[in-house]
Amino acid sequence: MSKIVEGLYYSESHEYVKVEGNVGFIGITDYAQHELGNVVYVDMPEVDDEVSQGEEFGAVESVKAASDLMSPVSGTVVEVNEALEDEPGLVNKDAFENWIIKVEISDASELDNLMNAEAYKAFIGE
Amino acid sequence: MNNVYYGKLIFELSKEGRCGYSLPTNELEQYSLNDMPANLMRGEAPAMPEVDELTVVRHYTNMSNNNFGVDTGFYPLGSCTMKYNPKINEEMCNHYAFTGLHPLQNENTVQGALEVYYNLQSSLAEISGLSEFTLNPFAGAHGELTGLMVMKSYHLDRNDSKRTKVIIPDSAHGTNPASAAVCGFDVVVVKSRPDGTVDVEDLRPLLDDTIAGMMMTNPNTLGIFEHNIAEIAKLVHEAGGLMYYDGANLNPMLGKCRPGDLGFDIMHINLHKTFSTPHGGGGPGSGPVGVRAGLEKFLPNPRVVADEENMSFKIECNDESLGSVSGFLGNFGVIMRAYAYILTLGKENLRMVGPLATLNANYIKECLKDCYELPIEGVCKHEFVFDGLKDKSTEVTTLDVAKRLLDYGFHAPTIYFPLLFHQALMIEPTENESKETLDGFIEVMRTIAKEAKETPELVKTAPHNTPVRRLDDTLAALHPVVTYAELSAEQQ
Repeated sequence: MSKIVEGLYYSESHEYVKVEGNVGFIGITDYAQHELGNVVYVDMPEVDDEVSQGEEFGAVESVKAASDLMSPVSGTVVEVNEALEDEPGLVNKDAFENWIIKVEISDASELDNLMNAEAYKAFIGE
Repeated sequence: MNNVYYGKLIFELSKEGRCGYSLPTNELEQYSLNDMPANLMRGEAPAMPEVDELTVVRHYTNMSNNNFGVDTGFYPLGSCTMKYNPKINEEMCNHYAFTGLHPLQNENTVQGALEVYYNLQSSLAEISGLSEFTLNPFAGAHGELTGLMVMKSYHLDRNDSKRTKVIIPDSAHGTNPASAAVCGFDVVVVKSRPDGTVDVEDLRPLLDDTIAGMMMTNPNTLGIFEHNIAEIAKLVHEAGGLMYYDGANLNPMLGKCRPGDLGFDIMHINLHKTFSTPHGGGGPGSGPVGVRAGLEKFLPNPRVVADEENMSFKIECNDESLGSVSGFLGNFGVIMRAYAYILTLGKENLRMVGPLATLNANYIKECLKDCYELPIEGVCKHEFVFDGLKDKSTEVTTLDVAKRLLDYGFHAPTIYFPLLFHQALMIEPTENESKETLDGFIEVMRTIAKEAKETPELVKTAPHNTPVRRLDDTLAALHPVVTYAELSAEQQ
């Protein structure tokens, strides 16, 4: 049974965004980290890079597979989680605590295209 | 049984001053090392193992006993077509008339070798329904890159430079997007339908004048024949794109169905898969590329062509070619083996390869689908994919099943590919295996499913009977130790 956090927005490609003001914390869900297995590398964009909803912004590599990261929202990267460079396994320890990028959201209406916790729970069949 | 002492690393067997050979006295004038420029001198002696000949032989013989190959057991590694490498191929390519050749020899003196090239090019063209082949690329992915360079050359030759995208299904081999990226294309992914085939409705809106072409393998990585292929090819052609056939899954099609007839314009063939040349552990491979009529001029230089006037063969280059992708003419030893394979089987027997590979795959699938999850029902081609054990409550994963298979003396299938299913277990038996071997494998797979229920810890901690236990692949990825120098630094 995967952990799902209330109040976040979820994408079909298993990213979440936690919104605080106009800033979004983006990471992969607990379900995604569990399916991927031990994460050995997180490929992240650079600060000031633009990301678009549904477009690739990086990748997560595990012992099983490399998986593209799709941004759940559009905006500008304001911070990347540098701790993941040295310790990518943090994503497995707590996927919701260890966000990957922090984005200044350019279009809050895009959040309507995402799922809430309940819908995501149904989406992954739990 | 392996010898523990000689199974150590060769560096650990080293004794200072020990030497394998007595070298004759140097009767030449002695040079002083001081004559060497200082920047070419190394500060200390290289760390080389100092061992006697018998130690070297025992070390490597013991190590070779740890090998697992098609010659030691069943090797159902999906997508890899691990078929038997007939020994007559080795005999042919080791013939002294071929082994002594040099690539810079005058072409008058290598007419036999050029005839082999020419005949294999023609045979592959006939088998695949395309016009011309180059044998120059050294491997499958190298063939993909070469084929995509042909695609690019074709568009640029028509002064059409806005075609920057290549469409690739989400079930594709990972090499497809990688090759497209290396060739400078952007990758556009087209989704699969629930039955595992390309979704034509998802494809339609992607087609415009920025599409250079589409890469497909057929049957696809799920072992399912893309039954809409004619329509897909028509749509891509109408949009001005070319169709690329990834020949990794050509085996079930041999002699039955030709990519050229399905509408493909460019393809590569993995001689080390479909045409029985050795692979696994480094090959070398060979990835010939074929094109339909009209694209021949873009094939890489040099090419072997027939000089009909003089009834001979010659090596040619042309200015419109995409250039050179290899030194000389590819891996001749591999080309020779593939040619021997085609001649040994002959046209009639080549036609049996696909149906027998398909029969073997379907037999295993049907015998195991009550204990392993079969996500897509129906007849498969040469391979199929299970989505892990049927009973997921034991939490025994596909990785555990694969590791447990090693205990029973079978090579593991391909795991966690394709990515469409989270517990993918991809099985490809090839046409070579007897019913007895298949039954033995099926029995073991059923035993493992039973063990997963009754003694899950036994499976989760497998393998137990192999030279090494379960390896820590996370640690290996995060902290690779690949030289003895690194290892001894770690141990200090």
